[in-house]
Amino acid sequence: MLKTVKILYHQGKQFIPDLRKARVPGIFTGRPEISLAKVDEKALINCCPTGAITAAPVSIDLGKCTFCSECVRLFPGKVRFTTDYRMATNERNRLIIKEGINVSVTLNPEIIRKEIHKLFGGSLKLRQVSAAGDNSCELELNACGNVNFDMGRYGIEFVASPRHADGIVITGPISKNMAGPLQMTYDATPSPKIIILAGTDAISGGIFAGSAAIDRSFIEKNHIDLYVPGNPVHPLAFINGVADLLGI
Amino acid sequence: MSYITISNNQSVPSGTIPVMEYSQFLDMMIALTDNHPERHCVLYFGYREKDSVHLICCIADDLQHTIMISSSVVKKESVLNSFSARNISFEKFEREIHENFGIGYTDHPWLKPVRYPENRADRSSVISGYPFFSIGSEELHEVGVGPVHAGIIEPGHFRFVCNGEQILHLEIQLGYQHRGVEQLFLDRKKLIERTTLAESIAGDSVIGHTTAFSYLWESLGGIVQDEETLFSRTLAQEIERIAIHTGDLSGICTDVAYQLGSSVFGRLRTPIINFFQEWCGNRLSKGLIRAGYNPFPFNRELAGRLIEILDAFEPDFIEMCADISRLPSTLSRFERTGMLKYEQLLSIGTVGMSARMHTLDRDIRASHPYGIYSSLNHIPVIKHHGDVYSRVQIRKEEVLQSIGYIRTMLKKIPESATSGRIDPVLKPSTFGISLTEGWRGEICHAAITDENGELLIYKVKDPSFHNWLALALAVRNNEISDFPVSNKSFDLSYCGHDL
Repeated sequence: MLKTVKILYHQGKQFIPDLRKARVPGIFTGRPEISLAKVDEKALINCCPTGAITAAPVSIDLGKCTFCSECVRLFPGKVRFTTDYRMATNERNRLIIKEGINVSVTLNPEIIRKEIHKLFGGSLKLRQVSAAGDNSCELELNACGNVNFDMGRYGIEFVASPRHADGIVITGPISKNMAGPLQMTYDATPSPKIIILAGTDAISGGIFAGSAAIDRSFIEKNHIDLYVPGNPVHPLAFINGVADLLGI
Repeated sequence: MSYITISNNQSVPSGTIPVMEYSQFLDMMIALTDNHPERHCVLYFGYREKDSVHLICCIADDLQHTIMISSSVVKKESVLNSFSARNISFEKFEREIHENFGIGYTDHPWLKPVRYPENRADRSSVISGYPFFSIGSEELHEVGVGPVHAGIIEPGHFRFVCNGEQILHLEIQLGYQHRGVEQLFLDRKKLIERTTLAESIAGDSVIGHTTAFSYLWESLGGIVQDEETLFSRTLAQEIERIAIHTGDLSGICTDVAYQLGSSVFGRLRTPIINFFQEWCGNRLSKGLIRAGYNPFPFNRELAGRLIEILDAFEPDFIEMCADISRLPSTLSRFERTGMLKYEQLLSIGTVGMSARMHTLDRDIRASHPYGIYSSLNHIPVIKHHGDVYSRVQIRKEEVLQSIGYIRTMLKKIPESATSGRIDPVLKPSTFGISLTEGWRGEICHAAITDENGELLIYKVKDPSFHNWLALALAVRNNEISDFPVSNKSFDLSYCGHDL
């Protein structure tokens, strides 16, 4: 007993006091900023492994970006990554970061379904489906519930059964072999229900986009309530995104 | 002698690999591995060559520190005698060859699908029709789990045959995570695309897989790494080991309902992965390793931070490990749970941590050293009981060992490299193989280039490819309630297997 108390004492307080204002340590690759500097745009577009960069105006699609930093390395005056983890939004277009515009990504309050605030504002239970995710987003979503991030303080939790859930969180590009189980999980979730895409692979297929082994028809035919970019998603990006969606 | 011998991270002209008649190839490979616990098959694969399939088999010898390679060419519709009938450790490799190319075997124990790849030979075989082993009895029942599991983990389907609470048999069906990785390595032509693919093979082994990819690429391109790159990669590999082992200890505590251990190990992982973020901007170290150069040279300032983090980490980690080794409630769940014997591990060809849990010494860091491991004089952590507790102890001791290595390494940080970034140009008609020891065990990447120096074939093997069968055997005669902790103590990769 005393030994256990001693361990507890040694742990101290580990939780992050304010998840809405927390700062990430080090050189986190968060929301990029693109300057108006003139560069060889063709070479800039060509250096991106997933085609996230387009010209006129130069922009980076966070839904496709794998945050590999290749563009920063080759064009240091043009692109840089900030430590801003607020990258989640509910409108696909808002994920496109244009040159010269340096503001956080936010949600479009106009298109948040009314029942979401009303029904899930105090408690949101989510079922996670790893649809060919590489386990990195899964690790980070697990971390959302640990003693540091403690997402449960907002009433947001992951649950074991879709029948207990208010929505699903999808990670991974969705393999053909997972398309069926994903649909079954969604069908088993009671309405009204939400869909959250966590990570670049889920949002666009990422580096796997165009692979013959993936099937993204589920994304095309359903309304997506929240997009959280990242490779993998940072727990703060996810928690803040969901909190914004719920109006917390 | 009809094989060539190379060492880890070496590449050779593909024409120098001997091509043998199949029956001789079979006899030789069996002779090489039978009664040789120091040897095992690291990779056995095929690729199409017009109407034929070219089979290449790579056997590693841990005492000689070499890899022996031979090959055979067989017709596409061949029906062959199997390696597996004589050495069961080849079982999954032959299933994969059967699945990919439709090659039949006369005496293979059961040619089941492996991962239902998109380009499989038999398109009528679908994942929902997997032929599970079943036993007809009124006294037995089956329990099916997955593919979507209860926690936030990757998908796979487990089918138990139980007698009451006791597991008689477990069969693991994988393939749900198949994304076409090996095909994409050929389709995507840019190095940055291929590196990003290597990083996405298994998100918990980013360093392990990307390091193997980079060494292979540099070997095929004839590039020699500078000291700084070797140092950084080795350091990163040990940090990854500490982080994932610690996270796994948290998971193991969760599965025996020990909340304190779960919370403490869970939070101890955070500063370690946050260090990766300080170093390269990503908590799971994506972006840190690149072929041809080192994008994030390690410096004194980072070294100071790392020492600070480890100094705070170590006493809390040791204290928590001592606690779980003291409590009867955790020990009773760990000891004699999920046990495997040496003979079983040897026969099915397990690698890495799953082999070292019962005296089978398989550790690429010692047997086929790369990076700066030879100067660290690495001695693998070996346990003797093959149960969950052995796997817990391996994790604990390896974490402390890695901390020791890091402290030694940080005493002498190499000067920042002067050589700039090089995009390796691959040598034509060349075969290369690269082995690294990820935290789970041996990771193998191999490639062959065509006459223009373009990729002809790219093969990836995660240690889980060998070790899933070990988990299935370990839970026999256990209570079904002990399955989660057994499973977590192996912590095998779904995406690394499915590719």
